[in-house]
Amino acid sequence: MADGSGPATEDRGDHGSSPGSTPTGTRHGLSSGPGRLLVTLYAIFTVGAASRSLYQLSTRFDEAPLAYLLSAGAALVYAFITVALVRGGELARRFGLVACAVELAGVLVVGTWTVLDGAAFPDSTVWSTYGMGYLFLPLILPVTGLIWLRRPGVDDAGNEGVDDGGDTGDDDGGADPERTPRG
Amino acid sequence: MLTPLTIAVAVAAALLGLWCAVAALRDQPVKDWHYAGIAVVTLLTVVQLVVGVVMLAGGDRPDGDSTAVFVSYLVSVTACVPLVGLVALGERSRWGSATVAAGAFLLAILQLRLHDVWGGGVG
Repeated sequence: MADGSGPATEDRGDHGSSPGSTPTGTRHGLSSGPGRLLVTLYAIFTVGAASRSLYQLSTRFDEAPLAYLLSAGAALVYAFITVALVRGGELARRFGLVACAVELAGVLVVGTWTVLDGAAFPDSTVWSTYGMGYLFLPLILPVTGLIWLRRPGVDDAGNEGVDDGGDTGDDDGGADPERTPRG
Repeated sequence: MLTPLTIAVAVAAALLGLWCAVAALRDQPVKDWHYAGIAVVTLLTVVQLVVGVVMLAGGDRPDGDSTAVFVSYLVSVTACVPLVGLVALGERSRWGSATVAAGAFLLAILQLRLHDVWGGGVG
């Protein structure tokens, strides 16, 4: 889950400060607060879907290629969202929004498909019957993700497009010369 | 495999989940007592892992061709609660408690799947 190369210096020793309250102290807060629960669930689903599809693709691909390829696709989407949430930043937030929308569409399409025509999927996928085998979490997760990543406050600023340098700048090490008014 | 042990782990995990869910609802972070609970549940899953490995080593196999699935479930079961415990260390708020609760409930569900896999159902 650790992304290693990022500016991880702030991560140490800021356990005392409340997450998300200080815009400069935390890394954009996509994985703190409620996001921590979300990112944990996404990480677990990534591992689960990935190992499941690896096993199925390597041992029984001929039985149900469509179902197993779908499982692999789901695993990729989960992995992408997990990374986006961990990295944080405006760009990751937008990509995360798109990925959550894709995930939601996938759950709805595959779920409806399996309900209407069960024979199309001889073996179940994570998204079969709207994720019923997984307590409907595959359906709940993308909705929660969309709500979490929408975050109206951030979005207002993001629509302008001018704050991209300030908000996503991974390299602003304290001093920000462009911000200081000159003359 | 050992059904009483599976039930014990499932019940302990569900209790831990409820306990942490209550903490989350009360806006409390995970505290030392919760970590004691995490330790107890983890110990039970380690016992389960050992029992599972011993049974496999003794020539006992899950029904059907699902040994690999069974082993991966066994490992996931053992890793589940310690992992959310670690995550909660970095999130000293109600959301840390919610994360542990989610992991504990997940463990309870994994126990059902583990039982199914041993009985021959394909996970």
